[in-house]
Amino acid sequence: MMKQESVILLFLGIFFGLMAGVYWFWGHEDGGGVMLVGALFLGLLPGLYYFWWYRRSGGNRPEDRDDATIADGAGVVDSFPSTSIWPFVLGMGCFTMVLALVFGTWLAVPGVALILSALIGATAESRRGGTV
Amino acid sequence: MKPAQQRRSRRRAILLALSAPLILAGCQLPSFGAYGGVSKAGTDTFKLWQGFSVAAVIIGGFTFLLMIYVIVRYRAKKKDTSLPKQTQYNIPLEILYTIVPILVVIGLFAATVVVENKVVANPTPQATINVTAFQWGWKFTYPGHKAYIVGQTTQTPTMVMPADQDVRINLRSADVVHGFYVPRFNFSRYAQPGLLNVFTFNITKPGLYKGQCAQLCGLYHSLMYFNVRVLPTDEYDAWMAKQDANTSIVNAAAQSGAVAAQISPRVPTNRAQSQGAN
Amino acid sequence: MTDLIERPTTSTPDEGGPSSVDHGHHDDHGEHHGPSGILKWLTSTDHKVIGINYTVTSIVMMVIGGAFAEVIRAQLVSPTSTLVTLQQYNQLFTMHGSVMIYLFVGPFAFAGLANYLVPLQVGAPDMAFPRLNALSYWLYLTGSLTMILGFFVSGGPAAFGWVGYAPLTSAINAPGAGADLWIGALMLTGFSAIFSGVNLIATIFYLRAPGMTLFRMPIFTWNMLVTGILILLAFPVLTAGLIMLYCDRHFGTHIFEVQGGGVPLLWQHIFWFWGHPEVYILALPFFGMVTEIIPVFSKKPLFGYKGMVFATLTIAALSLGVWAHHMFTTGAVLLPFFSIMSLLIAVPTGIKIFNWIGTMWGGKLHFSTAMLMAIGFVATFLIGGITGIYLASPPLDFFTHDTYFVIAHFHSVVMALTMGAFAGIYFWFPKITGKMLHEGWGKWQFWTLFIGTQVFTLPGYLVGLHGMPRRMAVYPNNPSWQTLNQWESVGALLIGISTLLFVVNVVASYRKPIVAGDNPWDASALEWFTSSPPPHHNFTSLPPIRSERPVWDYNHPDAPALGHGHHEPAATAAEKVEA
Repeated sequence: MMKQESVILLFLGIFFGLMAGVYWFWGHEDGGGVMLVGALFLGLLPGLYYFWWYRRSGGNRPEDRDDATIADGAGVVDSFPSTSIWPFVLGMGCFTMVLALVFGTWLAVPGVALILSALIGATAESRRGGTV
Repeated sequence: MKPAQQRRSRRRAILLALSAPLILAGCQLPSFGAYGGVSKAGTDTFKLWQGFSVAAVIIGGFTFLLMIYVIVRYRAKKKDTSLPKQTQYNIPLEILYTIVPILVVIGLFAATVVVENKVVANPTPQATINVTAFQWGWKFTYPGHKAYIVGQTTQTPTMVMPADQDVRINLRSADVVHGFYVPRFNFSRYAQPGLLNVFTFNITKPGLYKGQCAQLCGLYHSLMYFNVRVLPTDEYDAWMAKQDANTSIVNAAAQSGAVAAQISPRVPTNRAQSQGAN
Repeated sequence: MTDLIERPTTSTPDEGGPSSVDHGHHDDHGEHHGPSGILKWLTSTDHKVIGINYTVTSIVMMVIGGAFAEVIRAQLVSPTSTLVTLQQYNQLFTMHGSVMIYLFVGPFAFAGLANYLVPLQVGAPDMAFPRLNALSYWLYLTGSLTMILGFFVSGGPAAFGWVGYAPLTSAINAPGAGADLWIGALMLTGFSAIFSGVNLIATIFYLRAPGMTLFRMPIFTWNMLVTGILILLAFPVLTAGLIMLYCDRHFGTHIFEVQGGGVPLLWQHIFWFWGHPEVYILALPFFGMVTEIIPVFSKKPLFGYKGMVFATLTIAALSLGVWAHHMFTTGAVLLPFFSIMSLLIAVPTGIKIFNWIGTMWGGKLHFSTAMLMAIGFVATFLIGGITGIYLASPPLDFFTHDTYFVIAHFHSVVMALTMGAFAGIYFWFPKITGKMLHEGWGKWQFWTLFIGTQVFTLPGYLVGLHGMPRRMAVYPNNPSWQTLNQWESVGALLIGISTLLFVVNVVASYRKPIVAGDNPWDASALEWFTSSPPPHHNFTSLPPIRSERPVWDYNHPDAPALGHGHHEPAATAAEKVEA
C-alpha cells in the first residue's frame, strides 16, 4: 500500500538501467547508451527522494490509507496563490530571450530585465504570502 | 473436459490458427497491396509481408468483429434504467489476452529475424557499384571500371547493374541525408554524410525500375529520380566493355560530373547517362 | 493573492460550507476576489482557467495546422500541380507537422484537459505549483507565436520537416530566421511541457484526497502520472538537442556536421529518443479519456482496472527502448533489439483494447457523441496499431519507411487521438461550462470525422505500398498515384468539414444553452461530485472514497455488487454518516 509512488519510479529507473546494459554491450552505440543511463538516473533520483521523504514524513498519510475518511484529512492543505502577474512577466521575459536568439542580442536587455523583475516579484510575493 | 483443459485446448487452437498462415506464407496468398519483389531478398521480404498481413487480418478481423458484436448486442434498450452486472475482473481471460499476444509477437519476431538476416547479408560481391547521392541527384560509379553515370532532378540518371549476381552497393551522401529507394526491390536505405552504407542486391528479373529519393533533402526532393536498368549478365558485360573502351566520353562526363554537386539544378550533366540507358 | 485552503470535511454537498478560508480578506467565496477582465486572464493561477486557456489555444492551433493540411492535400490532387511552389510546399508540411505535434496534440493532451481534470479527479484544490502552471501556459503561448512568426520573416518558416534531420538544418542548408524561430519555439514549448510534467506528478503524489490511494485513482489520472514521468524523461533530451543545433548554426560548433568531425546521425538518435516516448506522451492522455468515457456509457466499471494500470506502466517502460525503429533504414542501428522492443509494445496496447471491449461486454451501451467518438478512437487506433506492427519489423520497414504507408499509419494513430480529443471535449464540456454540447450536431461531426479519417488514411497505405515517398510536392513520374491521392484529399476535406461542424456546435450551444447539472452522464470520478463549473478551489464537500468509483458508489448505494470483487462494495450508509 505504501510508497507505491517511489516503487513506480524505481521500477522504471531500474528497467531503463537494465535496458541500458543490454543496449550498451550489444549495440556498442554511445549516444543511446548515454541517454538510457540518464533515464536510469531520472528514475532513481525522484524515486529515492520520494522514498526518503515518505519515511521522514512518518508515512501514514490519509491518502495512502484504504479506510481513511474525508474527515481524516481535515485541516489546512496548503497556501495556494489565487492570482499572480509574475508568471506572465517571466513568460514574456523568456519569449524576449528567445527572440533575442533569433533577431539580435539587443533584445536580451529587455528580456533579462523582465526575467529579473519576475524573479524578484515572485519571491517577494511568496515571502509576504499575500497581495503584491 | 475440465474447464482448464478446455481452455488449454482452445488456446492451442488459437495458436495454431495464428501460426498457420506464417507457415503457409508464400503459397497462393494475396499480395496485400505490396510488390512481389524482383530480388532474392525482396521476395523473402514480400513473403514476410504476406505472413504479417495474414496475422493482421486474423487478429484485426477478430477484434473488429468482437467490437461490432458488442456494439450491436449490448445496445441499451429504451426506458431500461436497470444496471447491468458490474463485472470488473476476469483474471483468466486477462491472462489469456496477455499471453496470446506475447506468443504472436515472438512468432512475428522469429520470422523477422530470419528474413532480416537474409536482407542485410553481404556475401562476396560479383560486381560493385558506388552510389553517391547529392542535392538533388545521383552519381553511379563502378570500381575498376570507367563507367560513370550522373544526373540530377528531372534528368533521371540510370544505374546499370547485372541480373542474377550479388551486386554490392556502397552508398554515400555528399551533403544531407537522402533515401535510396527502389520500390520494386522492396528496399530502401539512407544515404548519409560521413557514413558508408553497404548492402547487396541480387536481382532475379531484368528490366527497368524506377527509384527516387525517399528522405526529405531540400528544395527539389520531389524531383530526385533515378532508374535502375537490370541487364542479363552477358548484356551487362558487353555494356561495361563498351564503357571501358569509350575513354573520351567517359572522361568528359567525369569532368562534368565532378562539378555536378556544386552547380545549380536543371543543368544537363548526364552525357554518360544517355548512353548508359540505351 | 494567496488563499489558505482547508480540505472539505463533509460528504453531503448540501451542508458543505465554503472550503476556502481567505487569508487577509473576509469575503466568503474564493472566486469573487481578484482582478477581472483581461487582467484576470493574465494573472490567474487557477488550474481551471489555465486548462481552458490551454485547450482553446491548442484547438486554434489544430485549426491552423488543419488549414495547412488542406492546402497540402489540394496540391496533391494532381501530379504536376502548381498551387504552391516546391519551397512553399516544404514549409507547409513542416509547419503542419510542427503545429499539430508540438502545439496541438501534446498541449491539448497533457496540459489542456489534464490541467483541468487531474486536480478535480484526485480531489485537490489546485495543481501543486499554480504559478509554475501559469508560466507553463505563457511559455506554450509564446512558443506557438514564435512558431507562427516564421511566416512573417524573410525566407519564410522552416522547411526541413518536423523532424529536422541534420545536416538539412545547418546554417548553410537552412539559412534565415525561420529555422531559428522553429528552434526557439520548440525550446519554449519544451520547457512548458517539462513544467507541466513536474506539476502533474507533484499534484498526483502529494495532493490526493483522503482514501484516494494510487489504485483508486481514475485511469485518466493514472495515465497523466505516467505521461508526466515520460515528459520528464524525454523532453530534456530534445531541449538539449535543440541547444546543440543552435550552437551548430551560430557558434561554429560541429556537433551534427561532418566537416568538423561531428555526427549527423546523433541528431536522429537524440530526436527520436525524445520522439518515440513523445508518441506515448501524446497517446496516453487520450487512452485515459477514452477509458473514462467507455465505462460511463456502458453503465459498468472499467474491466481490468489493474491490468490497465500495469499496461500503461509497461508502455512507459518499453517506450524508452524503441526510438531507433524510426532509424532502421540508416543501416547504423541494432535491428533485433529495437524490433523486439517495438513489437512488445503491441502487447500492453492490445490489453487496453481488449479491456475496452470487455468493459462494453455485457453493459448497456448509450451512444452519445462522446461514446461514439471513443468507439471511433478504438477502431481507428486499432488500424494504426496493427499497421504499426509491420513497421516494427526491419525488413518490412525497409520498403515502407518514408512512404505514404508510414504517413497513413501515424495519421490513423493521430486521427484516432483527435477523436479521443473530441470524445473528451463532448464528455467534459458540461463540467467545464455548465452547458451541454448539442448531440445532433455532435453525431454529424462524428460521422464526417470518422468516415473522413478512413477515406483519408486507407488509400494512403496503398499508395505508399505502390512506392510514393512522403513529402512529395509533385509526382510527375508516377501519374498512376493520382486516383488514390484524390481519395485522400476527399477524406481530408471531410475532416475539415467535421471541424467546421464542431465550431457550429459550440456556437449553437452558446446561443441556446442546455443546462448540464453537476453530473449529466451519471459518471463516477470525483470531478462529477462538484458543481458545473466547479467553484474556485474545486470542492465544498467530498464523498467517501472507497473504490475507484467514489461518485458512482455515492449515487448508487444499492447497485449490484461487483463481479469478481476484489474491492470493497460501495460505501455503506453507516460510513457516510460517519464521514
